[in-house]
Amino acid sequence: MNFPILSLLIWLPFAGAVLVLTLGGNEAAVARNARWIALWTSLIVLILAIVMLADFNRHDPGFQFNEVMAWLPEFHVDYRLGVDGISVFFIALTALLTPIVVLASWTETRRVRDYMAAFLLLEAMTIGMFASLDFLMFYIFFEGVLIPMYLIIGIWGGEQRIFAAVKFFLFTLAGSMLMLVALVWMWHNAGTTDMAVLMRTPIPSHVQRWLFIAFLASFGVKAAVWPMHTWLPDAYGEAPLPGTVMLAAVLSKMGAYGFLRFSLPMLPRASIYFEPLMFALGIMAVIYISFAALAQTDMKRMIAYSSVAHMGLIVVGIFTFTLAGIEGALFQMISHGLVIAALFLCAGVLIARGESLQLARLGGLAARMPVFATLLVLFVMANVGLPGTSGFVGEILVMIGAIQVNFWVALLTGTGMILSVAYMLVMTRRILYDRFRGASLGAVSPGAPDIRPREWLMLAPLAGLVLALGFIPGFLTDYFGPSVQALVHAHLAALIQHQAHHSFMEASR
Amino acid sequence: MLTAIAVLAPLVGAILAALARPLAGRQASVGLSVLGMIVSAIAGIATNFRHLLYGVPDHVVYLGDWIAVGRFTPHWALAQNPLTLVMVGMVSLVSCLIHIYSVGYMADDRTMPRFFVYISLFTFAMLMLVTANNLLQLFFGWEGVGLMSYLLIGYWYDRPAANEAAIKAFIVNRVADLFFAVGIVLTYMQFRSVSYGTIFAAASHVVGVNYHLFGADLPVLEVISFLLFIGAMGKSAQIFFHTWLPDAMEGPTPISALIHAATMVAAGVFLVVRMSPVFSLAPTVMTLITVIGGFTAFFAATIGCVQNDIKRIIAYSTCSQLGYMFLAAGVGAAPAAIFHLISHAFFKALLFLAAGSVIHAMSGEQDIRRMGGLWRSLPVTYVCMWTGALALAAIPPFAGYYSKDAIIAAAFAEHTGAALAGAWLGTLSAGLTAFYIVRLILLTFHGEARGEREVMAHVHESPWVMLGPLIPLAIGSLVIGFLLDPVFIGRGFASFWKGSITLPPGNDVMTAFRHIPPWADHLPLLAGVLGLGIAYVFYIVRPGWPILLARRAQPVYQFLLNKWYFDELYGAIFVRPALRLARLIWHVGDEQMIDGIPGGVARLTTDASGQAVRLQTGSIAVYSFVMLIGLLVLLSLFLILR
Repeated sequence: MNFPILSLLIWLPFAGAVLVLTLGGNEAAVARNARWIALWTSLIVLILAIVMLADFNRHDPGFQFNEVMAWLPEFHVDYRLGVDGISVFFIALTALLTPIVVLASWTETRRVRDYMAAFLLLEAMTIGMFASLDFLMFYIFFEGVLIPMYLIIGIWGGEQRIFAAVKFFLFTLAGSMLMLVALVWMWHNAGTTDMAVLMRTPIPSHVQRWLFIAFLASFGVKAAVWPMHTWLPDAYGEAPLPGTVMLAAVLSKMGAYGFLRFSLPMLPRASIYFEPLMFALGIMAVIYISFAALAQTDMKRMIAYSSVAHMGLIVVGIFTFTLAGIEGALFQMISHGLVIAALFLCAGVLIARGESLQLARLGGLAARMPVFATLLVLFVMANVGLPGTSGFVGEILVMIGAIQVNFWVALLTGTGMILSVAYMLVMTRRILYDRFRGASLGAVSPGAPDIRPREWLMLAPLAGLVLALGFIPGFLTDYFGPSVQALVHAHLAALIQHQAHHSFMEASR
Repeated sequence: MLTAIAVLAPLVGAILAALARPLAGRQASVGLSVLGMIVSAIAGIATNFRHLLYGVPDHVVYLGDWIAVGRFTPHWALAQNPLTLVMVGMVSLVSCLIHIYSVGYMADDRTMPRFFVYISLFTFAMLMLVTANNLLQLFFGWEGVGLMSYLLIGYWYDRPAANEAAIKAFIVNRVADLFFAVGIVLTYMQFRSVSYGTIFAAASHVVGVNYHLFGADLPVLEVISFLLFIGAMGKSAQIFFHTWLPDAMEGPTPISALIHAATMVAAGVFLVVRMSPVFSLAPTVMTLITVIGGFTAFFAATIGCVQNDIKRIIAYSTCSQLGYMFLAAGVGAAPAAIFHLISHAFFKALLFLAAGSVIHAMSGEQDIRRMGGLWRSLPVTYVCMWTGALALAAIPPFAGYYSKDAIIAAAFAEHTGAALAGAWLGTLSAGLTAFYIVRLILLTFHGEARGEREVMAHVHESPWVMLGPLIPLAIGSLVIGFLLDPVFIGRGFASFWKGSITLPPGNDVMTAFRHIPPWADHLPLLAGVLGLGIAYVFYIVRPGWPILLARRAQPVYQFLLNKWYFDELYGAIFVRPALRLARLIWHVGDEQMIDGIPGGVARLTTDASGQAVRLQTGSIAVYSFVMLIGLLVLLSLFLILR
């Protein structure tokens, strides 16, 4: 593949952001142009992502669309891009959600130019992170994502935005510092930052453990693994809704992706060593956070907690080291990205009608907004993992992976099935059912369209995908099957090699 | 092909109905849904005839791939064998009649098309469940009926009670479903497949295999069966999981009929019978099923005796009858369980729809204490209600007599302690059943009219669109017993069911139950007649006695009236502690402890730096630039130090 499609995917939104920032003229014109430029840029990126998916060779477990250019040759750092079955869908997910959040931001009036630029920058950074095959590049993109996100929360957020933004920034930065140390050590050890080489370079057991902790601090914060999640309710709650969508749907996946890309293949011994801990953290997330979700009184925060609870499932799936478990985790990540995004967008639909998100003040919307109600129930059901939606596939696969490790891990991970139903149904009831309480809302008068065309454009693709993936999940699993298989095999091989090496050392001693 | 039409027609009907609502109006929408269901019923009956009369061999219709990860490859398919086809025929026929009935019953409802979309999807989910060729598709249908029951129980969503009942039904079912799901993945781990064929073929080879749990090595088939049975208990509302079923009465009456007769609650029994090759190799779980079934039959019947809501009485009778089915499955008489399931579907649908007709006539009144004397005004309903009642009370020649007595006889013939206990509980319950259902009829239709004058003045027989569906159900309740008895559980039962039902090895109750002593054989009938007689005395001859009895045995009466206090118990040990824990975790655990330290740091930073103000005014580019520079400085520092 000579066509640099990955570079294009990264630099096109970047260029779009620069273009938006250079806009001048009167405010209304700037805002209009910024919106359209952002929308078109992100749509072209989406088309490119679809082209990439179509061209992707599903039988090849290795990296594809590789691009290598010398960058800092004296340090053995290169500009190195490529995707495999694991990362390809995260790029697609980012490319899909960016135009949707641009649409969701259509009515934003405060500093539209900067706002749209921030989202395009966010898209560029995120895609760059998923496509990087060089650790240093990965790190820069990983950190770079922080900047637009920090600004999005801090400038366009709710009343507590500064607090939330600073907290978000401090948490993620603290985690990343440790990853930077790990990066430097591994660079020193292998002499290069080429991730393919890093995956093959053996690391002594005890060092692996330290590195694992460093990665856990960094990826754990991003993925909001319990108890590193506390920045999340504030950030999710205070961010403007499109920002929350990106945070929950894409940014939280960066952490889980990091576990898959770094911890598992590069630190196989430590991964095994810390497996019980990771299960404990994952199960804690499922149970503890679900209970916390049950106590929420605000729709957005309830969805936020639900999002964290589902991340627990993903962590458990990854650390089963089984084909089913990891594919389940990957599937759950994509599905979670779609479903959580859709749920937040549903909250956005209410905000757009002047509704409060306080559950106590909502109610009875099913009668006035039947289409909205139908969509919300669909996404709620996907979120609780009902068969026939994408949520179920990931959940059952993770359970299949988990039971091969331990009966209790499977059972406790599965408790999310019950708890998620409890809080999600309470939420549904408070929003859709009971008596109509919204005295404040002239917008939801009888006869007004319940879902506007722009909202259809945002929600319909997600609804279609959630259902389609529920019935034909093969569309995803065919893509990541070979790569996950290779990952599991490489993991096992590394363990066996290590053991052989160990016993050889023992014998020679 | 016919089976595929029977299964998919309700889905197509539902989709078309949903699309037609905004485009062609409510009449068209309802019409399409009903049409889809009529097509399904015709195909469902036809496929039975084709298969059973013309001897088309068992086969599987492949629909498509579902999940394919490693060796975990469940696909969408429709299995056709005597067991699944009998279920398809029953579900599609009963559901079709309920659809037609609903056209009349729901005529005044503002969102009638929504109702029809729901019940069509409900039927579709149930049909997918029974025709599944693997556990995962069964689970799809299983959860599908769970979802649709949630939507239908909460159909009148402006009523708080309906919302609570809907949520309760879904959550209670989900608790059981968790165990079911774990059972499925454990099955996969053991058999490397979730496909019935593979599981059944290998089941006898894993009899000696153990699974380590609770610090002990338990036979893996017992563990799997136990987990699946918990799932079945949830769906079929057996004791401990029964609390959702009576509350489910909050939905419109046709839904109660659909949930209680043809779909949903039958799923648990069906699962146990469908998985009989596995269950039959798990003797401990079979004993458990016997005990739970027998006890539920008794327990629910006692509650049914004192309830005053016409639908609740019938609801508890469902619970009780399902107990009989599990009793049959537990003692190794699975064909009798299915026989009772089918006959129960007819008479229970009949009872509910007739009750709906009464409620319709009484302008929504459901309390039988405020009815009475209705039989002259509602003659057709009255006759249908008696037909259903006699079938439920197991009076010959009505359907229930054949199926229920066979179950009690089989339990008696099994001769283990649990089975004998089940037989006695079953006999006792037979008397209670006759008592409460006759009590219901006498209070509703006989005696003086106790309703409000305004309501009574408007009492009228239902339109024929509602009475029409009652007729075939009444005929079914009358004839299905003696017609199907020789086929389902007669001497040639094995050649009818072929391989679709497996009996436990060495178990001969299916033949032995015909040779039990005559007194044991006639005892349930005697109990039924006795219950009938007592009801007659209590509510016609000496109406003062029941009140007297309730006063004398006040504690017992309260205990039964409050449904053995299960709701209060669950509220105290599950619901309230869970909510308290939730608040505790959120406020104390999350906000104060974990969050306290880092939150404090963040607050400190914000206050100290005062960047809050600057962030508002500064330009986005400046900040991006500053951050990038910081990052670069940091990186270079590390590079130099390296």
